[in-house]
Amino acid sequence: MNWQLPLMLAQTDSSRLEELRERTEAISMQGTTVPDSSLVREGTSNPFATEYWFPTQASSFAGEVDFLYMAVFWISLIFFVAIVGAMVYFCVKYRRKDGVIAPEPSSSHNTAIEILWSVLPSIILVWIFYVGAETWFEMRIPKENAEEIQVTAKQFGWLFTYEDGDQTNELHLVRDKPVRLIMQSEDVLHSFFVAAFRQKMDIVPGRYTYAYFEPIKDGVYRLSCNEYCGTGHSKMKTACIVHVSEEDRKNNTKWIEAEKTPFENGQRIYQIHCSGCHKVNGEAATGPALNLIWGENEKMIDGTTELVDEDYVLSSIWYPEKHIVEGYGPVSKMNSFKGILDQKDVDYVIAYLKELKNTSGDAK
Amino acid sequence: MVDASTRQKLFGTPETNFLNCTKGWKSWAFTLDHKRIGIMYLIGVTIALFLAGVFALVLRSHLFTFDSKMLTDDMYNQMFTLHGAVMVFSFIIPSIPAALGNIVLPMMLGAKDVAFPRMNLASFYLWIIGTGCLLAAILSGKGLDTGWTFYTPYSIDTNTGVIYATFGAFILGFSSIFTGLNFLVTVNTMRAKNQGWFKLPLFVWSLYATAIIQVLATPVLGITLLMLIAEKTLHIGIFDPKYGGDPVLFQHFFWFYSHPAVYIMILPAMGVISELISVYSQKRIFGYSFIAFSSVAIALLGFLVWGHHMFTSGQSLVVTLIFSAITFTVAIPSAVKVFNWLATLYKGSILLNTPMCYALSFIFLFGIGGLTGLFLGALSTDIHLHDTYFVVAHFHFVMVGGTLTALLGGVFHWWPKIWGRMYNDFLGRVGCFLVFSGFNLTFFPQFVMGSRGMPRRYASYDPEFQIFHQLSTVGAFVLGLGILLSFVVLVYSALRGPRCSSNPFRAASLEWQSSSPPDFHNFIHTPVLTDPYDFETQVYDEELDTYIPREFANPDKVAPRKEPVHH
Amino acid sequence: MAVADSHDTHDDHHDLHDHGEFIAHHFDSAEQQFDSGKLGIWLFLVTEILFFSGLFVAYTLYRTNHPEVFEQAHVFLNKYLGGLNTIVLLFSSLTMALGVRAAQLGRNKNCSIYILITMVCATMFLGVKAVEYSHKWDMGILVRSAFNLTYTHPTPTTEIGKALHISDYLVYLCVVPALLLAGFIVASVISKLINKGTLAKFMIAMAITVSGYFLGVCVGIIFMNATEGETGSTHASVIAEQPLMLLASTQDDHAEGDHDDHDKAAAASNHEGEHSDHEEHFGSHPADGGEASFDAHHPDPSTLSRDVGIFFSIYYCMTGLHAIHIIAGIIALAWLYWRSLLGHWRTDYFGPVDYVGLYWHLVDLIWIYLFPLLYLID
Repeated sequence: MNWQLPLMLAQTDSSRLEELRERTEAISMQGTTVPDSSLVREGTSNPFATEYWFPTQASSFAGEVDFLYMAVFWISLIFFVAIVGAMVYFCVKYRRKDGVIAPEPSSSHNTAIEILWSVLPSIILVWIFYVGAETWFEMRIPKENAEEIQVTAKQFGWLFTYEDGDQTNELHLVRDKPVRLIMQSEDVLHSFFVAAFRQKMDIVPGRYTYAYFEPIKDGVYRLSCNEYCGTGHSKMKTACIVHVSEEDRKNNTKWIEAEKTPFENGQRIYQIHCSGCHKVNGEAATGPALNLIWGENEKMIDGTTELVDEDYVLSSIWYPEKHIVEGYGPVSKMNSFKGILDQKDVDYVIAYLKELKNTSGDAK
Repeated sequence: MVDASTRQKLFGTPETNFLNCTKGWKSWAFTLDHKRIGIMYLIGVTIALFLAGVFALVLRSHLFTFDSKMLTDDMYNQMFTLHGAVMVFSFIIPSIPAALGNIVLPMMLGAKDVAFPRMNLASFYLWIIGTGCLLAAILSGKGLDTGWTFYTPYSIDTNTGVIYATFGAFILGFSSIFTGLNFLVTVNTMRAKNQGWFKLPLFVWSLYATAIIQVLATPVLGITLLMLIAEKTLHIGIFDPKYGGDPVLFQHFFWFYSHPAVYIMILPAMGVISELISVYSQKRIFGYSFIAFSSVAIALLGFLVWGHHMFTSGQSLVVTLIFSAITFTVAIPSAVKVFNWLATLYKGSILLNTPMCYALSFIFLFGIGGLTGLFLGALSTDIHLHDTYFVVAHFHFVMVGGTLTALLGGVFHWWPKIWGRMYNDFLGRVGCFLVFSGFNLTFFPQFVMGSRGMPRRYASYDPEFQIFHQLSTVGAFVLGLGILLSFVVLVYSALRGPRCSSNPFRAASLEWQSSSPPDFHNFIHTPVLTDPYDFETQVYDEELDTYIPREFANPDKVAPRKEPVHH
Repeated sequence: MAVADSHDTHDDHHDLHDHGEFIAHHFDSAEQQFDSGKLGIWLFLVTEILFFSGLFVAYTLYRTNHPEVFEQAHVFLNKYLGGLNTIVLLFSSLTMALGVRAAQLGRNKNCSIYILITMVCATMFLGVKAVEYSHKWDMGILVRSAFNLTYTHPTPTTEIGKALHISDYLVYLCVVPALLLAGFIVASVISKLINKGTLAKFMIAMAITVSGYFLGVCVGIIFMNATEGETGSTHASVIAEQPLMLLASTQDDHAEGDHDDHDKAAAASNHEGEHSDHEEHFGSHPADGGEASFDAHHPDPSTLSRDVGIFFSIYYCMTGLHAIHIIAGIIALAWLYWRSLLGHWRTDYFGPVDYVGLYWHLVDLIWIYLFPLLYLID
């Protein structure tokens, strides 16, 4: 694994990126060059324009996020101007005149107006909540056929592993191709943040977290760690490069080639650790067969069902007693593999399970 | 009805008062008098404010250029951590309740002291010990670099002085609980005769609501920090993922306290503002019961929204949705307060002296702080803004623009009562202007940076943000200057200011019926119970040049009262 | 609130009460002082409950997420010892309530006796707890990071440990109480000599209180030996033959490091391999050896989830914090005892006894929750 601090374009000497570099403002920063094409904005001096507040909208939902932001911006502005305007007006108009301390008697209570100014803002708040939640579902629920990329964060760098096992230190994506990031941390909390995508997700050690988006604009964007992680937190940045096509990505990326595909690694782990009890031909043994389980809802002995996803596989390998599949109870016959298989190994097992499911599915 | 000499005795400048009734350092160190304890607290939190303020100025100086070499990354991390930890635990949380509240609350109830004076003193000493432990992290040479939130697992992994600091915060928590518990009991059992709940000043209501949070939320922080200490020393495996623990659980525990703690900081500030707006408009506060109950509503709702600090932490979708929804409900009582203050100004007799200037800046700054909260409460925009400078700006608008401004306003308001001396109002207003403008210059640019994607807690940043950081740094120094000027004005006034009368501002709450400075027992004579917002109860006395309750006045010289409008 | 009313009504005739030595200057009447104190202590109890609530939440979450860990772990807790402690604490609550009643009636002598009994129960509770703790530490049942269950009891190295055949840890846990006991006895003799009768009385009471700890230790050991033998398994019968606390010095001589290696090997190998491995490993027990070395109450360490230690992390946090509260309670009770000796309680002044009583009932109540949650899982 290559854990050097990401020196962006040093590794991506392609004509495509040269082109991007010309288009964007190249910025030299402590030996690290992070050009950010999202900074090319127009009309940036007008604080009432969306472009003033935000970088380029480079993901499918960025426009919606910006819309809500600007809507709240205007609502707030109207309220704020009204409040401060009234305050200043009253202070001028009702300023204490010399010698007259007591004001003319006036009302000090009005239930109708109290209810009015409680209910009216409430309606606006409900609207803001609704719009915010709607977009947020889009940000948090994965798209069909998304490309899956494993993200490993570590103090203080990034490693991205693609479906074929090749790796990079920058994130390389393809325009209009939805992506699902499966993220893990090797040490402390980190957070994946690309402002141009408006997407952010913490990376929590000991479990998987996910981020979904669809890049809609090619360019080079800044990817930073957004959760404080120690000394080099502010240096934990890399580039996210959105290519125009798959072809472009394949040819113009300097890959760290994998010796074996994740599937092969997973197969090897399976043969060493799992094959004693789990078959892959559909037959039940000491434990359930593994070839068709990925992505399915499995029935447990307590009557619940569990979706076989990354976290399920992780917990089944580390804490076998937690979920016991119907027919294999009452207690688990499996040992915990915590301390034997780390999260990276579990990644490979997952890749293996996915491939098994695909090929078995085809056979049918 | 009393004669002139009695009036002189009750409301004139007293010969003996709580400041000079006993002398020597022991009479202060072992005092059980709530006013003296309040003053010691005030001095303590001022020191904490200056210390953490210096940390802030160092931070801002470092950030003046994007590739600054002034601090190393580690030093920068330590600096922002200590700035946050000292400001939150040692300054803001005790500032208004323990310093101002301690002095004013029992007097507002016409009581001689808080219910448990010894506990009150213990609270102050715990504050000293707790702050000492926090600072021991620096003195031990290890520093502290976890951020004030102590997020696991970084706080477990780092070998800086996390144990000192968490232990300090633990002790400070008890200090806070003692104050809160004392206030709850005092308000319940020590009110003046016939002083019902709806005859209490709104500052008392807000302190009561604050005390509820202090008593209910702080123990959870206590146990969380103990578990963190146990995790760090024994590796008990509750928070540390290496041993099967759950780091997100720590965040839940931490914010279960620390979100309500935000209301510990802002509610008393709102109470102060309610007093100031009313007194300096000479008008009954508009919508008394709505303001009073909104304090309690904020306190209770505040317990249900901690998860909005964790929208990106990987908590479940449903939970996140619920937290977002409840978060918006907190906006309503806050807005209600602002509207009611505005309605109080309407047709008032507005005096723009120093405390009122602070009160008006509070409405301005808290308005921005509150409204920017909407961006962060909404789920989609929060994902983008979470942990960026937008958040930094938002909470500084609430905590500095809100709490610090209200603290200064309150201190200027009650200062003549405490010391019996008046301050220079012009310089006070200059200070207020510097604080206000410096503050806006510091934090407004941070909204822009945050929206554009500048993460917080970065020791170096991308050059395109430099101009905003520079504005911010300049603003921070202006803000610092403003606070320093206010400090000088106040200290000079306490020592050399002109003598002032018992009630120079025609306030109607009970504390103004004592002499300035008050007697050791607060009141020489049992105070006459007056409506705190009926200023017609106070009439001018020419001989003493002050306002006294109608009952004590010379009936020949008193104008008939203007009847308030009833509905 | 009733409090406000009482303020009003009592204000008029508060001269009837002598504004006595125990009414602080800032209170108008004894009633106001009592009401304040009562509200204060209730609020304090609320903070105490919330303080523990953090641990209860942690308990609930880990039990929900890792139910298997809790099922595997609870067998190591001796429910008879837990039950004994529950009875002791319940009894102390009774005597505390009687003490409060006596104080309300102004019967200082009765009050002091009840408080003394309460204190003895409290120290007895701690004694039993010490037996439990030391037994677990012997077996390597520690917090998550140090958890290393072996069933081996290291040979005592301290002189006392060797002489009494008790674990070193138990000896260490008795050091402070022993010093206290000696101190109080000496202090009582000295106070007697210098004619401070009340002080001497107080010191004797304190000595009796501390003796309760040793009573607890003895009863704990007896209970432990009796109940651990009752499980009837082959492995346990080994234990029954040799009282458990004595077990420390006998058999099971394989070194800890040995066991560690075995652990790793077992984890890495597959199931069948493991089993044979264990038979070989534990088959050397002098009693009839063989397959039944492990049973429901003495499970094979290698079959345990690695996170069983988290249960014990929570167990130690909860019971440890509770024990700290017991100690704080004993200190408060001692203060009450002293004041009873001085005859401070009167029908119109008994607040402190009332407040400490409430605190004591809460500490008791927390144990009532801890006991089933930790010991009686099924």
